[in-house]
Amino acid sequence: MNRLLTFWGGQASHHAHQVDTLFLGLAALAVLLSAPVFILIPWFAVKYRRGKPADRTHAADRSVWLEVSWAAIPFLATLAFYVWSTRLYIDLYQPPAEALAINAVGKQWMWKFQHPGGQAEINELHVPAGRPVEVTLASQDVIHSLFVPALRLKQDVVPGRYTRLWFTADTPGSYALVCAQFCGADHAVMGGRLVVQTPADYARWLEGMGTDGSLAAQGAVLFRTRGCSGCHGSAGTVHAPPLEGLYGRPVPLADGSVVTADDQYLRDSILLPQAQVAAGYPAIMPTFQNVLGEEDVLKLVAYIKSLANAPPPPRDRDDGGPP
Amino acid sequence: MTEVSYLEHGHSLKSWLLTTDHKRIAILYFLSITFFFFVGGAAAALIRIDLLTPEADLMSNEGYNRAFTLHGVIMVWFFLIPSIPNTFGNFLVPLMIGARDLAFPRLNLLSWYIYMLGGLFTLAVLVLGGVDTGWTFYTPLSSMFANGNVILAATAIFVVGFSSILTGLNFIVTVHRLRCPGMTWGRLPLFVWSIYATSLILVLATPVLSITLVLIAAERLFGVGVFNPALGGDPLLYQHLFWFYSHPAVYIMVLPALGVISELVTAAARKPVFGYRFVAGSSIAIAIIGFLVWGHHMFVAGQSMYASAVFSFLSLAVAVPSGIKVYNWTATLYKGHIALDPPFLFAMSFIGLFVVGGMTGLILAMLAVDVHVHDTYFVIAHFHYIMVGGTVSAYFGALHYWWPKMMGRWLPLVWGRLSAIFIFLGFNLTFFPQFILGYLGMPRRYHVYPAEFQTLHVLSSAGASVLGLAYLLPFTYLLYSLRHGEKAPPNPWGATGLEWTVPSPPPQHNFHELPTVDGPPYQYPVEPDAERETAHG
Repeated sequence: MNRLLTFWGGQASHHAHQVDTLFLGLAALAVLLSAPVFILIPWFAVKYRRGKPADRTHAADRSVWLEVSWAAIPFLATLAFYVWSTRLYIDLYQPPAEALAINAVGKQWMWKFQHPGGQAEINELHVPAGRPVEVTLASQDVIHSLFVPALRLKQDVVPGRYTRLWFTADTPGSYALVCAQFCGADHAVMGGRLVVQTPADYARWLEGMGTDGSLAAQGAVLFRTRGCSGCHGSAGTVHAPPLEGLYGRPVPLADGSVVTADDQYLRDSILLPQAQVAAGYPAIMPTFQNVLGEEDVLKLVAYIKSLANAPPPPRDRDDGGPP
Repeated sequence: MTEVSYLEHGHSLKSWLLTTDHKRIAILYFLSITFFFFVGGAAAALIRIDLLTPEADLMSNEGYNRAFTLHGVIMVWFFLIPSIPNTFGNFLVPLMIGARDLAFPRLNLLSWYIYMLGGLFTLAVLVLGGVDTGWTFYTPLSSMFANGNVILAATAIFVVGFSSILTGLNFIVTVHRLRCPGMTWGRLPLFVWSIYATSLILVLATPVLSITLVLIAAERLFGVGVFNPALGGDPLLYQHLFWFYSHPAVYIMVLPALGVISELVTAAARKPVFGYRFVAGSSIAIAIIGFLVWGHHMFVAGQSMYASAVFSFLSLAVAVPSGIKVYNWTATLYKGHIALDPPFLFAMSFIGLFVVGGMTGLILAMLAVDVHVHDTYFVIAHFHYIMVGGTVSAYFGALHYWWPKMMGRWLPLVWGRLSAIFIFLGFNLTFFPQFILGYLGMPRRYHVYPAEFQTLHVLSSAGASVLGLAYLLPFTYLLYSLRHGEKAPPNPWGATGLEWTVPSPPPQHNFHELPTVDGPPYQYPVEPDAERETAHG
């Protein structure tokens, strides 16, 4: 079976191997639990066929302990698998801090990816092998789902909220990358490739791609050209919250609650500014919903993130990661 | 026996269209449901033909999307949900509990008219060009982006929902109020238990769907922000509401089938059911736990991982009562007197396919596996094993088992056995390859696909053509039996149950004198009126 899978979908990560092992274990459990039924029913149908002489004495019509045992034992067996599978799943929610941060935007009917250095690609995602990659997913319109069979992973891309998917691909190669959530007319052709490269190849590929500066730098340009700096900049005349040192800090809101200034909060504040108004500031910010697409918002978020520790280094997300 | 049967009591069209007789209403449902089964089947045929090749050759992208949406909408709401309850439930519940009709006969007729009205809306959707959202109507695709007849389709489902609610209400009141003397809860046939559990779900879950559809219409027509994030709504709210109905709806579709199988297995084995209380109680347990597992449709939708962990656990728990039923049926057969008649062959086929569907359901409930196979053909194969392999097999089993009672005619047993075997083989050939396709990563709702998947798709389409012909087969010999079949005695199978104590077909008011029950159900053996071997034509 593993050979077949390699031929069709491949196993591009350690996680893929783990899921396959779990699946084969579950398949074995399923065979084990259903074997009594598949063996006994045909056997009884032959042995106790009507009109055929057979020993039919003492045919009980109930036995509480028997019934409890065949309810409890299979359930306990499945619980072991439950623990196994849930632990694997919880891993998917805990990306390592040093993961390479990539943005993905799904829109009818294409995938757009942004690398931290500002490189952008459509329907193809290049990643380095052996390094954790965390993809932040946003949708421009309807729900999509980023599905890479070779990684045994998928994550819905939901408009209005960022979702995340992380993985460490360890086998260089080219793998199918598709949309798994029905998203309209051309759903079936909304796909492309995940290209896993050696770190050296990936570095070369990054260099070969033209870029207008890092994602944060592109965000800084938008910050000025879209008029954000008029209020939030140091020379602003309007009373607006400063953005330096904001990212990751608690923000008191006008309604008395406190939220953390994470990616989602920053996005919502740009697109739905009236939903969460910072305490002490007038609710005068206009929405940028029809002005900025999700890709631009992701760039602005990257810029604001870069201001988290005062004078922004251009690529602080990448510092300290393995080469 | 001088009483006129319900079939002979009036021959005019009016005597059928204005009848309040639960048996005639059952026949009306049977005819209309059969019609929709073949409309939905035609859509499936288009899908399977298109999937013969990796390219799009039969249909455009839009056309394919409309075909699978229509297939889903019609099969779920116009065939599967009403299938067993509204035909066999209608016909049998009063007979089985010793009543002359349902509690509200006119409401019962109204339910059928509402069903037909919903059906007309659906046909209007079909004629006007279809709808392109998938049967799940996920927002904001359905509320803001799709350009098909979303409102009309939502109206059709909204309307037919009231048919479900009224039917469920009618069954609940009937079981509570109209049981004959001595028919205590502990003596109810297991089919009645399952219809009762189903009715609870119909009444409690369907209104949630109705409200959700109204909210979609409000967002689509008037821009009320409920689900669309651009208007301040939440698309995941829609999924919670939809699956809060639609997961219990799976049990609406399968619980009545489980009840049918309990009747078929005991009658085939001529033995009391093994562990009556466990089998009856498991129906109620399924109905209750079935309300608490909806989040397993959303493991990759972005819900919290804690919610996913809880829903995964509860989804394993709901498998326990289903497992109890299957093991108890197996034990019922032990030391029985088993006849390999068509009803039992359909029952065996049901059990086999239901076990495969259930076991793959267990696999899907496992979080890390679901992340991979969610929205792939693995899921498609799984729920077709439950709903088509399971429910449709049980539906045909019920049709063969109670046909002599309903129509007063024997059916040709050889043909019955053959069609059970063909349906079983055709079904497996159609859907087993889809498990493999799904695990290899073939997403659902794709009509263009990588060439590597073609072999498995061709196998599946080949199976579908066997299955399609096998589904047509019973309708030919059953129609033939109406005219040429031998007259059936009251109790042709030698089965227990009050429905077998009245003539076949039953008289208009079922019982001349209301029966009295003085013992538990399934007190086998009983003497059949005629041995089958001599009784078929």
